[in-house]
Amino acid sequence: MLSLREKDRPIIQKLLEAGCCGRCILRFCCIGTQSAYRLSTEDLQKELNAFVSSTEATAAAPPQSETNTHTPSDDQPSDDPPSKRIKLDPDSSEDGGGSERVPVVTMGPPADGTETPVCVCVVCLGVLQDFCDPHFAKKISEAVKSEDYAFEDLVLSVSLPAQLSVREHSCWLHIKKEVREKAMVLDKEDVIQVNKAFKWAIQGMLSQELKVPVVTKSPFEVAVGFIHPDTDADCHFLAEACSDCFKPTKNKESVFTRMAVVKALEKINDKRFLKEYPCPPMRPQAACVAQDTTCLHVSAFVAGRYNKFSRTLPQTPWVIDGERRMESSVEELIVAPLLNAFKSDSFNFSSSGREDVDVRTLGNGRPFAMELLNPHRSKFNKMEVRRIQEEINQSTDKIRVRDLQMVSRDAMSRMKEGEEEKTKCYSALIWTQKAIADEDIKFIANIKDLEIAQKTPLRVLHRRPLAVRQRVIHSMSTRYRDPHHFTLQLKTQAGTYIKEFVHGDFGRTKPNLGQLMKAEVDILELDVESVDVDWPPAIPE
Amino acid sequence: MEISEQKEAPSVIDRYYTRWYRTDLKGNACEDHCILQHSNRICVITLAETHPILQNGQSIKSINYQISAGCSRLNNKVSGKSKRGGQFLTEYAPLCRITCTDGKEYTIFSCIRGRLVEVNEDILTRPELLLEKPSTEGYIAVILPKFEESKSVTEGLLNREQYEEVISKRANQQSEPC
Repeated sequence: MLSLREKDRPIIQKLLEAGCCGRCILRFCCIGTQSAYRLSTEDLQKELNAFVSSTEATAAAPPQSETNTHTPSDDQPSDDPPSKRIKLDPDSSEDGGGSERVPVVTMGPPADGTETPVCVCVVCLGVLQDFCDPHFAKKISEAVKSEDYAFEDLVLSVSLPAQLSVREHSCWLHIKKEVREKAMVLDKEDVIQVNKAFKWAIQGMLSQELKVPVVTKSPFEVAVGFIHPDTDADCHFLAEACSDCFKPTKNKESVFTRMAVVKALEKINDKRFLKEYPCPPMRPQAACVAQDTTCLHVSAFVAGRYNKFSRTLPQTPWVIDGERRMESSVEELIVAPLLNAFKSDSFNFSSSGREDVDVRTLGNGRPFAMELLNPHRSKFNKMEVRRIQEEINQSTDKIRVRDLQMVSRDAMSRMKEGEEEKTKCYSALIWTQKAIADEDIKFIANIKDLEIAQKTPLRVLHRRPLAVRQRVIHSMSTRYRDPHHFTLQLKTQAGTYIKEFVHGDFGRTKPNLGQLMKAEVDILELDVESVDVDWPPAIPE
Repeated sequence: MEISEQKEAPSVIDRYYTRWYRTDLKGNACEDHCILQHSNRICVITLAETHPILQNGQSIKSINYQISAGCSRLNNKVSGKSKRGGQFLTEYAPLCRITCTDGKEYTIFSCIRGRLVEVNEDILTRPELLLEKPSTEGYIAVILPKFEESKSVTEGLLNREQYEEVISKRANQQSEPC
């Protein structure tokens, strides 16, 4: 069952004496059979005891108990409710003591409700003991269920205290000596990692509780974490031994990250390590504490096009000095029904360019994409997406959305690529100081591919670098409105500032419409007629 | 009548800028400056319409951004969003000197604290812009006040109303017989 071999025996014996739990022993014996880790803690202990004692009898090893693992800890025997630890094996196998104990083990787990002190494993600090039982699996499952996610599978991630690596290293050095004497080939990399063993032990139970497979790659991640503050100081001697591994960084609360500790352990030589740290590790007072289970689903992405029909609606919330300038925004109107449907925490909005608060976007609209972070629901069929679109459109008459669809993260980049090469069409209402004669505007339609030089407009200069940008106005046409007004239609390279092209921005856009017409002109209204980006694909109504 | 109907909407300056003034700069009568502050805190320094250069059909002989042997505003270079490298100006930092054909030289000052973003090089080749369109294409310089000083930089300046008061008092004094 455990596929243990004769040459594992001395290792097992030594680890039992050191106060290692059953699963850690399996790990150090490099047992890669997942089912072995799924045995209950008691059964596993029984098997290990049986395995060791079967030869001890023949080897006539004298019963010895100097390891004294039965030190009654400060656990209260009967005051605690018999919930958490009742399943734990109370047997005394840790001391690897005499074979006469074996019969006691066979009596099975106590049903009397008294808690017998159980030694916390010196290596995993209890992670592979208490936390591998069905109770903890149930606790994780309940936490996941309470978050109400829709998911088809999940990946389990485990975060362990950094000092586990120190203890692992100490224990490895402890049996390495033994191993060398026996001339057995076993390397530290072959030891099964704690988090792997933990997953093997628990993921079957999780899968059963949650009724989905637990896999190695999934958009849905369930994270469990353990901490053990009592022994955090285990790592500290490494800071002196390998100071270069522990550089303080801004966002870390402690320099003793798992990565840094692992790196330091690779560097430190055995002699130094053994001088600074007990081998085998000291027995801990208590087991790790489990942190709250957290769930995270990868982002969902939707894209579409929007029209903006209001001249008092900004694209994104407009805040000056912490105060809101306009009610609502395009972004908020679109995202509200989406957040609701995807049950998402937050979002990122991006679009192919943007328009000013007083500019409308007509025609087929402007492409946009929305990242919905940590969605609790992420699968929607076309009909459902259409319904969300309708909900957006019915919620307001200031904007309208079309072509709403689910997209991949990669597809989003297509909206931004080649943005500069694309063209945009605009319609502007122009005022002229002098009365317009036919010939004053007629010539404009003959201008083709006009190159203009635009200094960064003063209105955005506070947040953009100063530069001169060459832009092309591909074509223009005019429509007379009254003696002082006409409509100017333009097809331009994306990134052209239209308002500045009209009024000149203190002469900083050259040439500008005023110069071309040799008149004083101003722009009163501006509409985006089309944004010629062919993404996302159109969806027939 | 028709002219007043021509345009109901305010001009670009009216829409986005606040006009601030400093009169009689450095005690020199009528050397009034106008500072146009955009709602985004950017400031454009221009001559006020009452500045002597814009009176009595003056014409300009030369404009010089070299304000001392070692400092030319033309060498100002800014980079990045934060306009690194721009010369930092205090209120009485000279921006340029303008000499009129009658031989009189006038110094134009920054009027506000901030980083020099650009000077108007167009007026070097076309000084008539200064006379024809002093508040738009004939601007002198663009200055970006510090973010935390964007409100306080205009504290010592006159608003449009106060400026008009100064102008009308000035007119009254001149019309009074000596």
